Amino acid sequence: MEVLIQNLYDITWQQMVMWVIGGVLIYLAIVKEMEPTLLLPMGFGAILVNLPNSGAAAVIEHLFEIGINQHELFPLLLFIGIGAMIDFQPLLTNPKLMIFGAAAQFGIFFTLCMASLFGFQLNDAASIAIIGAADGPTSIFVSQMLNSNYTAAIMVAAYSYMALVPMVQPPIIKLCTTKAERKIRMQYKGKPVSKRTKILFPIVVTIIVGLVAPDAVVLIGFLMFGNLIRECGVLNSLSETAQNVLANLITILLGITIASRMSAEEFLRFETLLIMGLGLVAFIVDTFGGVMIAKIMNLFVKEKINPMIGAAGISAFPMSARVVHKLGLEEDNQNFLLMHSIGVNVSGQIASVIAGGLILALVGG
Amino acid sequence: MQLHVDYLMEALPIMGNGMLGIFIVTGVIIAVVSLLNKLTEGK
Repeated sequence: MEVLIQNLYDITWQQMVMWVIGGVLIYLAIVKEMEPTLLLPMGFGAILVNLPNSGAAAVIEHLFEIGINQHELFPLLLFIGIGAMIDFQPLLTNPKLMIFGAAAQFGIFFTLCMASLFGFQLNDAASIAIIGAADGPTSIFVSQMLNSNYTAAIMVAAYSYMALVPMVQPPIIKLCTTKAERKIRMQYKGKPVSKRTKILFPIVVTIIVGLVAPDAVVLIGFLMFGNLIRECGVLNSLSETAQNVLANLITILLGITIASRMSAEEFLRFETLLIMGLGLVAFIVDTFGGVMIAKIMNLFVKEKINPMIGAAGISAFPMSARVVHKLGLEEDNQNFLLMHSIGVNVSGQIASVIAGGLILALVGG
Repeated sequence: MQLHVDYLMEALPIMGNGMLGIFIVTGVIIAVVSLLNKLTEGK
């Protein structure tokens, strides 16, 4: 009996705050359906590791050591699944769309400067900035490679804002564009792409990125390996396994493993709030960057581009593409931007990984 | 809260190099994909 009471005495108010945060994450996952695959395990894990004298903390810490800390295994394996899920056809049909993906990474580098201005060390500032990649595995990988002290806060911010893309992006897009611009119709020229191109694409991209940012080639390499399994046409069962079983299994473990960094003493600090704010800045500036490059291109091209598609250059796939398509239909119910915005969105996937690689090369080196 | 302009000055060249790097890599990928599309056209 005394032991039971002793445990109750050991509860701290900080742990109770973490239970509330865990509860909020579970609520958002179940009721609001915001990134439930990640936010639910993270929320439950946050409660689990913040129980007094929790026996689970050591087990989850061990998972963190082998799955994330040693060789970033979980995010990399998840990338194989993501690669197998992505159809790059809209991008291969119109490769110029990749320019928008590149421009929409501006938020990452802008946030790096802002985080530095607020006094974060360069490795932490770069890890915070990578929230703007709008890509969970990339954020985990980069923050771990840079030995950031804020991995948990970065994870929570990255996944929360990815889920909030339908709320974050529309006001920014509307602020940056005129009604006339939002009404611009774009004709979709769906050209066929040869199987040879689809197979060579992941190999070529891996080689190019590997030559520029060898430290991060593992990121793009695993993504493209997954895509090669999908496109080669002779590994259908492996492709299905990567898309479903592998991705689901790793996601379950990844969410609860991240919770090992959500102990009250590590998570409840002023910097966490600052990181959440900077993450939002990253998403906003990403959106701004994508839209503005489209507006600049419109000054030079004959066939006008609807600048809203630039906003889909952030990696949050496919939410961002859907947001742009929906906004287009709101202005003109015959304006179908989905194929263009999907193409930009998948280019954002690649560009965000390249940005992660460049951050590692420039900051980690 | 204190603002660290010296840290910002350290980060600015990274922003410049990073954006330049991403556009260069992207440009190379666009060129290679366009080339691949041309070479495999109609096959």
